[in-house]
Amino acid sequence: MAEFQWPWEYTFPPFFTLQPHEETRRQQLKVWTDLFLKYLKHVNRFTIDTNDQNLPLFFNESINRRLSPELILLILEQLQQSGHAAPLDKRRQEWHVYHYTLEEYGNMVYDWIQETGQTNSICTLYELVAGENSTQMEFHNMDEDVLLNALRLLEGKGKCELIEMDGSHGVKFF
Amino acid sequence: MNRFAYEEARLTESESFVSRDRNVKIYDGDQKTEFEDGEVVLTTHRLFWGRPGEIARAAVTLCLPLSYVISLSEETTASNFFGRKTRIIMHLRPPNINKAPGPLDTSRATHIKLSGKNGLSVEFHSALRETLNARVWEIALTSETIVKGVESMSSVGDKLARIQKRTGIGGIERHLEAKAKETDENIALAFQDLSVLMAMAKDMVGLSKNISGKIREQRGEISEDETVRFKSYLLSLGIDDPVTRDNFSSNTAYFNSLAQQVCQMLLDPIEEHGGMMSLADVYCRVNRARGLELLSPEDLLHACERLSGPIKLRRFPSGAMVLQLESHDDEVISIDTLQKVRDAESLAVEELAKQLRISLLLAKERLLVAERMGKVCRDESVEGLRFYPNLLLSCDND
Repeated sequence: MAEFQWPWEYTFPPFFTLQPHEETRRQQLKVWTDLFLKYLKHVNRFTIDTNDQNLPLFFNESINRRLSPELILLILEQLQQSGHAAPLDKRRQEWHVYHYTLEEYGNMVYDWIQETGQTNSICTLYELVAGENSTQMEFHNMDEDVLLNALRLLEGKGKCELIEMDGSHGVKFF
Repeated sequence: MNRFAYEEARLTESESFVSRDRNVKIYDGDQKTEFEDGEVVLTTHRLFWGRPGEIARAAVTLCLPLSYVISLSEETTASNFFGRKTRIIMHLRPPNINKAPGPLDTSRATHIKLSGKNGLSVEFHSALRETLNARVWEIALTSETIVKGVESMSSVGDKLARIQKRTGIGGIERHLEAKAKETDENIALAFQDLSVLMAMAKDMVGLSKNISGKIREQRGEISEDETVRFKSYLLSLGIDDPVTRDNFSSNTAYFNSLAQQVCQMLLDPIEEHGGMMSLADVYCRVNRARGLELLSPEDLLHACERLSGPIKLRRFPSGAMVLQLESHDDEVISIDTLQKVRDAESLAVEELAKQLRISLLLAKERLLVAERMGKVCRDESVEGLRFYPNLLLSCDND
């Protein structure tokens, strides 16, 4: 896997301090949220722990600057607003972060199912994310929990039905 | 025992009899002496020892002023016949140089003991203790010094009256030279203590005002050269005519004219200091220039609030207050500060303060102004607060 391309801001010390100047702060948070999504996609991670001290995303060793827990939370909340993140626990320490919103994922899967003519057949979630057919798709290798959430959204729209069998999930698209 | 002196056993004016005991002998340190089986008499000031009958006759006896006594202690010894008896030990100060001659002037012991066949009576012992605690001899001494003190105070008063008589305008004209000398004295006197200073401050200022007034009017009487020199002396003291509250009927007029004076005075220094001066600095400078007509911080603040024209009072969001040149608005400051930050890549508050030779407070305010304008951005880390050019914003434009 190619080395992640950090943006120039990553080596700019003030980037790690929340800026009081409003416009600057808005710009700063925008860069941060982009960086969060890009980085996590790059390493293919969907969960993030705000207490993870050694995550390069939170800590740039070369300039010895670290995101404060408050700023991390602020960025994640920003992501949550745009539908790219959701807290997993009440203390808001573990978060789901996804590059596409759940809706986008759902549509992506549904479109793919339709294109490949798999409607009305049942497949497991594992098949969806790890199957040989889906290697070119964005949702390949994605977190099953996140996919489940996306499919639940789809189910709400009546486009599929989730079936639980032996602790794992299956899905039938209409 | 060398503290004893030969003296007549008579009471002085303020002295009174306290107690007596018989069959007493004196030890010089731990050594027995020839002074045995005598009679001791304790007065409020002294302790006498004489052979039986001598004290009653007011003959010359041994005498120890009680002021020598540092402390008392006692010693109990076993006697062959009567069981235990108690000796009194008196610890003594070194003898005075001009002490009258006495027995055993060569002794080196620093204490004496009083002892008797049966020890000393309990009454005498407790009387001695009480007398030493009362320190009657000291009271007499201090009252004497008080009398002396009062005398010296009144002489100061005389001197003051004399000085005031001489500060008439005529006096100044006639004794312009003598004046300088006298003023010197006045200053010396004024600084002797603060209450005198307070009383004289007004006169002092009045005096300097008078002199400067005279000089302005009568250039003929003293040479031009002297005028200039004298004037420069006055100016080095500060403002020659400080605005004082007494001259104005209303606060508003007072503050307005005070503001004018502050403005005149500080225009140049503020320009030198890069267009801004903290109110604390202003306060120091103004009061140093005013000499004795000191301003209260409140008065200065009120005056500054009324400043209009080239200098303005400015209150930062942090609460810090400065006087600022009108021409120095935030735009100018922030661009200037950004330039400094850019040159150094990044700047901490103290570094900027050092560079511009301004106070930390002002340096910080400058950076914050620039930050509010979006010119610089901050970096808070364990190493402290630093400011960088705001690349976060400006990079978009590039």
